[in-house]
Amino acid sequence: MRETAVTPVQVTGTVLTTRRVDAYHALTVVAPGIAERFRPGHVVSVAVGGPHTSMPTRRVFSVHDVKPDYGGTVELVFAVRGRGTSWLAERKARDSLDLVGPLGRPYPVPRDPCACVLVGGEYGSASLFALADTLQQRGCRVDFVLGAASADRVFGALRARRMGETTTLTTEDGSLGLRGRVTDALPAVIADARADVVYACGPMAMLRGVTAVAVEFDIPVQVSVEESMACGYGVCMTCVLPVIGDDGVTRMVRSCVEGPVFRGERVRFEDIGTIPFDALGAPGGRAQEGGAHTRNVS
Amino acid sequence: MLTPEMSVDMRTYLAHVELANPITTAAGCAASGDELSQFIDLARLGAVVTRSITMAPRAGRPTPRMAETPSGMLNAVGLQGPGVDVFLESELPRLVERGARAVVSIAGGSVAEYTALARRLADAPGVAAIEVNLSCPNVEDLGRVFARDPAASAEVVASVRATMRYDVPVVAKLAPDVADIVAVARACVDGGADALAMINTPLGMSIDVDTMRPSLAAGTGGLSGPAIRPLAVRCLWQVHAALPGVPIVGMGGVLTGRDALELILAGACVVSVGTALFHDPYACLRILRELEELLKERGFERLADAVGLAHRPPGAGPRQRIDLEESSL
Ligand SMILES: Cc1cc2nc3c(=O)[nH]c(=O)nc-3n(C[C@H](O)[C@H](O)[C@H](O)COP(=O)(O)OP(=O)(O)OC[C@H]3O[C@@H](n4cnc5c(N)ncnc54)[C@H](O)[C@@H]3O)c2cc1C
Ligand SMILES: Cc1cc2nc3c(=O)[nH]c(=O)nc-3n(C[C@H](O)[C@H](O)[C@H](O)COP(=O)(O)O)c2cc1C
Ligand code: FES
Repeated sequence: MRETAVTPVQVTGTVLTTRRVDAYHALTVVAPGIAERFRPGHVVSVAVGGPHTSMPTRRVFSVHDVKPDYGGTVELVFAVRGRGTSWLAERKARDSLDLVGPLGRPYPVPRDPCACVLVGGEYGSASLFALADTLQQRGCRVDFVLGAASADRVFGALRARRMGETTTLTTEDGSLGLRGRVTDALPAVIADARADVVYACGPMAMLRGVTAVAVEFDIPVQVSVEESMACGYGVCMTCVLPVIGDDGVTRMVRSCVEGPVFRGERVRFEDIGTIPFDALGAPGGRAQEGGAHTRNVS
Repeated sequence: MLTPEMSVDMRTYLAHVELANPITTAAGCAASGDELSQFIDLARLGAVVTRSITMAPRAGRPTPRMAETPSGMLNAVGLQGPGVDVFLESELPRLVERGARAVVSIAGGSVAEYTALARRLADAPGVAAIEVNLSCPNVEDLGRVFARDPAASAEVVASVRATMRYDVPVVAKLAPDVADIVAVARACVDGGADALAMINTPLGMSIDVDTMRPSLAAGTGGLSGPAIRPLAVRCLWQVHAALPGVPIVGMGGVLTGRDALELILAGACVVSVGTALFHDPYACLRILRELEELLKERGFERLADAVGLAHRPPGAGPRQRIDLEESSL
């Protein structure tokens, strides 16, 4: 389950198509350098607001699909949240878009065929289809569990039904599939598929729940996390979360470089938003002895 | 006059250390250097200014650490870094290997800690200069920030200066949100600073009106990006006017060559690029190219001739006359 890092590139891509998919927007961008290096789980970071933007930080999105057309295209699927995604939603065919990618640690894929359950929450499912493709090419069985608050926010249900051995849908309001959350449906899917591994992408609370289920079944789980990011390529140090390393030591690691895909049981979900006292370099921690009680106030 | 094919002499001096060009990364905005070297050749920069190195490893502040604001951002990263041991073992040698000139930024909580850092760096090969980040709370003064206290700043600078090898310049990095930046600048120079750097991020805050809580876990954070450029220009202007012989590293919201030129005209001889690196991994080299172009267009043969030029008395005339209409006011 090892993946080697690829070198990202910056591409001024041309928007090829835009479309609405239920609650989401989809943009296909010609970005050859990125498409050819892409592996499932990779993300791209996008500059928003045009040449004289008042938005200096970049926005990060999963890559939904890559296609060989025009030398290589990438497709992003996104929800409008704030000013940057509103701007993106206004892009039209032939507009140009500044992308950097592919970024981050992709999903590791098993060497031998096995049974995989792919769990997606909201637009998180967008990153799972390229993964499903790769897994199926390797002879793996793929089952999907997709969920969201309501039917229009479940992304990719049709495609999942086409690709998956089984597909289970959940909505919190019951407007599609089972009423409830993906974690309510997951144990039965894991049991029926005799799953060997779980992959998940979605909101942090969902990833925490999915990890707990996988741990219960004692099977590995790979989660793609979503932390607030400003660059996507490792220079701003804002996207950190506490992750336990191979040596057992918790570090505040950058989710854009070391992640976004992590082994679920290594992520200290309950401590996100804090610096755990036993993390390397935590204030007052042992590593801090020697008097480095400084903090940057500016 | 320059003919179009002639190039501008972009060399500059940080005290007595010659840099091939004036563009550097800003402290804390380029992680270890490895990340940017995926995009650019670090050897082509005037220098790489490292993150502020501390004695011990630091986990930094809790998340959220960042909030975008109009033409800027707030950050409370809290000097996350590996500590001086790992820095000397791996980060600095990698910078040197890549042919980068390394300006090492240091941060401490007491004069003793800054001094201890200087001692560790004194014999390290490849340290082109030391930048002293004075925007740190002084644990011996109830957490009052050094940069807000001329005497405390001078004490840190004097101690680092006395510890570093004579041929490694010591640069004092100042904060803009102080009562009198000239007083702090003067105190640092009197304390032995060979050069000054400004501005560090002024303290700001934003509140999320949906959650009705501060956007940053730390509450307050440092404001950076184009939003603070006028503040940087004002600080550079005042300090260069008061201390014209002191080299200044200017920074604050530089996104383009024009922005860099503005800081140079105010008095900077080196320009650091911070937040722009989050927007464009090629920012430093692009800004350098744009700056050279602008200088050429204005008929400059040497970058050095533009440093502080906006201070010339009215009527002295720019190098190349720009005819402005008489103001109607
Ligand atoms: C690894 C990863 C993959 C993602 N994939 C997708 C995807 O496929 N589709 C999708 O709709 N969204 C995705 N997101 C979330 C997306 O990045 C945010 O919705 C977007 O940045 C919000 O920008 P805005 O300008 O609308 O919001 P604003 O709130 O104005 O953004 C302000 C700043 O905060 C950052 N920010 C705010 N919210 C988030 C967030 N949730 N995650 C990261 N940065 C944030 C922005 O990058 C920006 O710097 C992903 C995030 C990560 C980290
Ligand atoms: C995320 C971030 C981290 C920073 N870390 C440091 C640091 O470690 N030491 C320091 O002296 N300044 C630090 N700074 C301040 C910058 O070096 C610079 O002074 C400031 O951001 C203004 O320049 P800019 O507008 O180009 O970013 C940091 C700034 C940012 C945005
Ligand atoms: S987003 Fe900038 S370091 Fe991860």
